[in-house]
Amino acid sequence: MKQLLTLNVNGERHEVWAAVHKTLLEVLREDLHLTGTKHGCELGECGACSVLIDGVPMLSCLVLPVEVQHSEILTVEGLAHNGQPHPLQTAFAELGAAQCGYCTPAMLLTAKALLDHNPHPEREAIRQALAGTLCRCTGYTKIIAAVELAAQGNPESAHV
Amino acid sequence: MYEKESYQVIGKPLMKVDALAKVKGETVYADDIFLPRMAYCKILRSPHPHARITRIDVGPALARPGVLAAITGRDLPVKFGILPPSQDDEALCQDKVRMVGDPVAAVAALDEETAEAALDHIIVEYEPLPALMTIEQALARPEVKIHAETRNGNIHKQVALEFGDVEAGFAQADHIREDIFYYEGNTHLPLEQHAAVAHYGPDGRLTLWSSTQTPHYLHRALSKVLELPPSRIRVIAAPVGGGFGGKSDPFSHEIVVCKLAMLTGRPVKITLTREEVFYAHRGRHPVLMWVKTGMRNDGSITAMHFRSYLDGGAYSSYGLATTYYTGALQTVTYPIQHYKFEGLRVFTNKPPCGPKRGHGTPQPRFALEVQLDKFAEDLEIDPAELRLRHLMPPNSKTANHLTVTTIGLGECIEKVVQASGFRERRDSLPPGKGLGLACGSYLSGAGVAIYWNDMPHSGVQIKIDRGGGVTVFCGSTDIGQGSDSVLAYLVAEELGIHPRDVVVVTADTDLTPVDLGSYSSRVTLMTGNAALAAVRPLRQMILNAAAEALELPPEALTLANGRVYNLDQPAYGLSFQEAVQRAEAKYGTLGSVGSYTPPPRGGDYKGAGVGPSPNYSYSACVLEVTCDLETGLYTVDKVWLAHDIGKALNPLLVAGQVEGSVYMGLGEAMMEEQVFRRGLHKIPSMLDYKSPTTLEMPEIEIFLVETHDPEGPYGAKEVGQGPLLPVIPALANAVYHATGVRVDSTPITPEKILKGLQARARGRDGRVGPTRLPAVDFPDPVRVPPPQTEVPA
Repeated sequence: MKQLLTLNVNGERHEVWAAVHKTLLEVLREDLHLTGTKHGCELGECGACSVLIDGVPMLSCLVLPVEVQHSEILTVEGLAHNGQPHPLQTAFAELGAAQCGYCTPAMLLTAKALLDHNPHPEREAIRQALAGTLCRCTGYTKIIAAVELAAQGNPESAHV
Repeated sequence: MYEKESYQVIGKPLMKVDALAKVKGETVYADDIFLPRMAYCKILRSPHPHARITRIDVGPALARPGVLAAITGRDLPVKFGILPPSQDDEALCQDKVRMVGDPVAAVAALDEETAEAALDHIIVEYEPLPALMTIEQALARPEVKIHAETRNGNIHKQVALEFGDVEAGFAQADHIREDIFYYEGNTHLPLEQHAAVAHYGPDGRLTLWSSTQTPHYLHRALSKVLELPPSRIRVIAAPVGGGFGGKSDPFSHEIVVCKLAMLTGRPVKITLTREEVFYAHRGRHPVLMWVKTGMRNDGSITAMHFRSYLDGGAYSSYGLATTYYTGALQTVTYPIQHYKFEGLRVFTNKPPCGPKRGHGTPQPRFALEVQLDKFAEDLEIDPAELRLRHLMPPNSKTANHLTVTTIGLGECIEKVVQASGFRERRDSLPPGKGLGLACGSYLSGAGVAIYWNDMPHSGVQIKIDRGGGVTVFCGSTDIGQGSDSVLAYLVAEELGIHPRDVVVVTADTDLTPVDLGSYSSRVTLMTGNAALAAVRPLRQMILNAAAEALELPPEALTLANGRVYNLDQPAYGLSFQEAVQRAEAKYGTLGSVGSYTPPPRGGDYKGAGVGPSPNYSYSACVLEVTCDLETGLYTVDKVWLAHDIGKALNPLLVAGQVEGSVYMGLGEAMMEEQVFRRGLHKIPSMLDYKSPTTLEMPEIEIFLVETHDPEGPYGAKEVGQGPLLPVIPALANAVYHATGVRVDSTPITPEKILKGLQARARGRDGRVGPTRLPAVDFPDPVRVPPPQTEVPA
């Protein structure tokens, strides 16, 4: 059975007919073609599918879209503004915080939620905030450093 | 080869060429591909660890609405596998299943749910067979053969090699130790589940996009099983969302979607579930090891006899190579004149083991470095001193005929020892705190290809557009380590342009020259050398053409900052684009190819193909722990790691590889284990398979040692795997220092430490680890004479 859903994603209103049992993750990827949101387990374990719902990181594989029709949903595609990367995106790119890049969208959004709430977090607060998202490439070191860099304001490029 | 005096691109902490796409979520991984009319595949898998298939009928599934095709092993009868001598993988099992999760039938349907539901309507009848779950069981029941092809029960591979004369070596020893170690199996756990999309075009050409580290080997396997000429198959490695070795075999699902695409005339996609990824595995072999080492009072090793017993799981995968790797690299760090290696790999009814970061070498390195720690204590020599006194000299040969070119291990040890205060602090730490040291070494690419041939290991093609754009084509596969970026950096450096003006096209068998793949830490060295071989003639053509225009000799010119100009008068010159146009006018369309083949340097004994490499990286690690002596719970407080990188082409990316290696090493050292109960994976989920989060990761301090190796591009060595190796024994040694408990088996869990603490409290030995070996005889060893060059004493 399909149902008409109205979803507000990245500031755009989408109307989509989707099967009622589909998760937000599936609707975002398969119906709205926003494939920047990733999946690693589809069981709420790895954190890779995190999106922001009204500013709060949520595992989109555990959310039914019908529940969030009146919410603001932010995915990685909505982070940049007029094509200009968000300071977190710039910092992640400059510090090599994205290796395979697969956990990156979830890390970015989770970090954004943290910085929106706490613009100058201690390292421990960053570690706590990101603890629910697994990364197998980086050892988290560059990811944490990138969040710190972004928190310092617009990162000035130290690189060529 | 190929060092320069000064660099514009090399050695700079540049952004990766794909960094912005990745942070914007625009990178298209295999599961992000959606094609018109695309169908979805699901695979029915065995619930039995070992059983004969007595009946299989896909008819009822095929009759379901929305089901487009259903196939069994009869549709794909040709076996395959990564190594030519062990082709025992089946796309879909035909007569028997050998593990839970073995594929038996596959369905393509209009959507994923229909495909999944259809699996319930496939009729399979099994006759269960005895399941062999351990090395001992596999050896004890030779009549229960998992593979009919094995000559000797369930023994997949047995090897015995003796280099020099170990008994003579032991006779020279003042002190001999025999120790037994066990290294638990664990898995890669890439964040991205394996995914593949196949398309069979009206022209009879098949295209497969897959999350693979080895598109070239996959290309060969598809051709074999599908019985199509390679010229009609195109394999594209999509950006890989984490590999670590787990995506370097050809997999059944990759073949199955191709067959289904051919049968249905539609694109077909499959994405494995996380549980399926755990069963696909090909991860770290569980290895039991016995090592007997003789040492003089000064700490020099007189002889080593090393035995490894590998639990291979149900299929060969890279297992022949893994078996040899458990004995190959013990010799490249400290001189061992007399060395004997015996290795055994058996089949069991569990998911197959294969290559994971470090491939077959973390297990013996754990044993070797922990045993050295025990020797240091026995002989009352500082563990750092023991190692520093006896390092392989540069430009030397090992007993097993490996060539060491440069070795920065001494400097690595000094760096981590000084930074951590290892010497000063070790004796003054309070109970429960400990510092441990260990070292390691890894190859910069396997010196021999997986299938025997005389062709290059890596090829690069370069095209220069008259607009000044440069396109580099190479079969190499970026799995996140930054291999695309390395190609761009090298070509940009040589042509004096910015890497952003270099387009990199990789991992597409239709478009790119063959590169063997992202495994064995081979890419930077091999594709790097191929890229330099390709770009240097172009560079010279541009210089020659510019020289004519500027009426100067080519030697008076250089390429830098997007220009070609006179070294003495930098203002006098041409833009890169002008120079390129002059060159195209002079020579015609600008293009070139370059390739790289490693020097043929190994020995000529059977098994000598495993271990040789153009150069070896070296790492040293000091690790600090704090352990609760009541509970065994511990934290890793800090890791110091120094790595001999040869030359850091991009120190930012090198540091990222070191950090990732330390992380993955800590994961296996502390908590990760791939374990089974009656053939069922006990913890096939990312929640239960524990891996480190941000909260477990300690601070890491990195030191890069540059030895400017003559074999690497601009002097480079590998970094993707080597830094993992010392982390595991460093933890074991630190835990011992903190607690007095020797944990000789991984993972080093609080439970094991507590067991050792309790034994010590009762006045017993605090060692926790294996105590006995399987009863198996090894054949007389193949005696290998020493290499021409003398092995250092």
